[in-house]
Amino acid sequence: MFRRLLDWLDDRTGVESAVKHFLYEEIPASSGWHQVFGSVALFAFLVQAATGILLALNYSPAPVAAYDSVRYIVTQVTAGRLMRALHHWGASLMIVVVVLHMLQTFVWGAYKKPREATWIGGVVLLLLTLAFGLSGYLLPWDNRAYWGTVVTTQISALAPGAGPLLVRLLGSDGTSIGAITFTRFYVAHVQLLPPLTVLLIALHVYLVRRHGVAPAPEDEYQPKKKFYPEQVAKDTIAIFGWFAVLMGMAILARVPLGHMADPTDLSYVPRPEWYFLFLFQFLKWFEGPLEVVGAVILPTLAIVALILVPFIDRGKMKAVRRRAGAIGLAVLAVIFWGGLTARAVTTTPESREMDMSLVKPWQQISAGNMASIGFFRKAQCGSCHVLGKSGVGPDLAVAPSSRPADWLEGHIRSSLKVPGALTDDQVKMLAAFVSERSVPAVDAWQNAPQNAVAGAVVYQANDCGSCHKLNGVGDQLGPPLNGVGERHDRSWIEQHFADPPKYSPDSIMPPFKFKPDELKLITDYITAIPR
Amino acid sequence: MGMALAAPAAAYLLVADNSKRRENFVEAGSLAQLKIGEPQEVSFERTRVDGWRNFQEKSIAWVVRTSENNVVAYSPQCTHLGCAYHWEQSGKQFVCPCHGSRFSIDGKVLGGPAARPLDRYPVQVENSKLLIGSEIEKA
Repeated sequence: MFRRLLDWLDDRTGVESAVKHFLYEEIPASSGWHQVFGSVALFAFLVQAATGILLALNYSPAPVAAYDSVRYIVTQVTAGRLMRALHHWGASLMIVVVVLHMLQTFVWGAYKKPREATWIGGVVLLLLTLAFGLSGYLLPWDNRAYWGTVVTTQISALAPGAGPLLVRLLGSDGTSIGAITFTRFYVAHVQLLPPLTVLLIALHVYLVRRHGVAPAPEDEYQPKKKFYPEQVAKDTIAIFGWFAVLMGMAILARVPLGHMADPTDLSYVPRPEWYFLFLFQFLKWFEGPLEVVGAVILPTLAIVALILVPFIDRGKMKAVRRRAGAIGLAVLAVIFWGGLTARAVTTTPESREMDMSLVKPWQQISAGNMASIGFFRKAQCGSCHVLGKSGVGPDLAVAPSSRPADWLEGHIRSSLKVPGALTDDQVKMLAAFVSERSVPAVDAWQNAPQNAVAGAVVYQANDCGSCHKLNGVGDQLGPPLNGVGERHDRSWIEQHFADPPKYSPDSIMPPFKFKPDELKLITDYITAIPR
Repeated sequence: MGMALAAPAAAYLLVADNSKRRENFVEAGSLAQLKIGEPQEVSFERTRVDGWRNFQEKSIAWVVRTSENNVVAYSPQCTHLGCAYHWEQSGKQFVCPCHGSRFSIDGKVLGGPAARPLDRYPVQVENSKLLIGSEIEKA
């Protein structure tokens, strides 16, 4: 019955014969483990396509919204962090396997006549893979993405003659990037590159089939093998190993999301993805008018040389162990690449960026807002105004209060369970807060831990903001407090309050003698605020 | 037919849009806060046209008061590849952390890969107030 169904299907579509034709293709006797990389690269592409489509289902392709949606994916979507990590590390591991594939082909000399076109198609596929990496880099729209892409667009500006046109094509005005660059990178990443890549992969695989897997010299005297089952098993095992590494990395290695792209953040030092680091370092060798040589001319020549490889080396097929020149060149290239990469890593350490996907809204709002939340809790307003539910009073989390300020202040004063629980200033702040609160403040209102809220009340009561800036609010007489918990340890901060000049000699900060519980609360609070 | 499509397509992609970018000067603090010969990071509200978006954003300039009434304002990005550079008090020079370009206090290239001096914002001084323009001038 089943056999008859299959026969019918094969008769009408030819699918069974096609699969058989595919599996029982003849391959040289010398085929083996060194030829698994092509299949792994194809599989890597499929993983990128699948995870990319899944990410796009929760992604909003416009500046600002893009950042918020990536943040949403990694903090709220079930398995979203894993999906982003698979796509991120999948890209890196795809580069690894594509380069290994190319090195193998090069060392074995598999590009020789009649396989020149297969090789050139492979070089173009490598460039497409790198283009995927470059365009995808911008899409999270964090500082890393923004500043990295500023450098990318400026490199294209150096291209002799075509520079200004390229810059315009990338949607930049020459100094900064914005909505247009973003949109073009997005379209390249999801609409232009994928079909191009699929087309080239199809052509590449067709050519491999047309010319057959490259034989070694000794193959002439040995009977051919079939692709199935031996080589298929080897390919499958290699794919499985590759995927296990990817899964392990995606689970264990966190992919950070930095601060949202900020063109005014002058402290950020961009560094490209690891596979472009060698170029980044290479650029440092060329000064002034020579920069175009390092940034454009030499990389272009390298690509041209790569394309010309089969026309430069036209000798007959030789056994691998006799290809000393090719092996030497490959080793030199790897040393050159590795040396430059290592040098870049040591001379330009990565900007220490906070992983903002781990930061809660209450760590990002102003101390004044946090203190107002403290007043709300202290005055027990929540016994009537239940946040997130309708209680005796209106649910203040749904919408800001539209009552005028003097009505609100009178209402708060008359509702205090303990008369005088809030000072006049505190009542005013709370009234302003309920009519103007931001979205993150509403989250903090419901979820901020009490010690942080109480710490902010201490912060407010002592008017720390009249000298220090915290989350963008406050003056700059003293140092900004964001990230103070990373700059100093806890006991330093606690002791510093009582005698500032003892710990920082030039300090003009007056001493603050806190009660032990207040000292703990304010230290808890300020050390929790990220850079 | 191919040309009829390709020509407008090329223009669509490669020619700058025709949105108006008008220079407008905004106040960026008073001259008194600047010491002669000491670069300072000054922030100001700049109008930026970004495709279909037209908005105010905080911008930064490195401002140097060169004499009693003269001020220059540099765009804060290195002219090599656009990284943000900073002032190094010890060496009295601007240094870019990316590829090591160095600039003197008057914006000239001292070393490293940068090929042209620092870009500037136009400035005006009115009643000892500093005004910074919105359009960067390339040197």
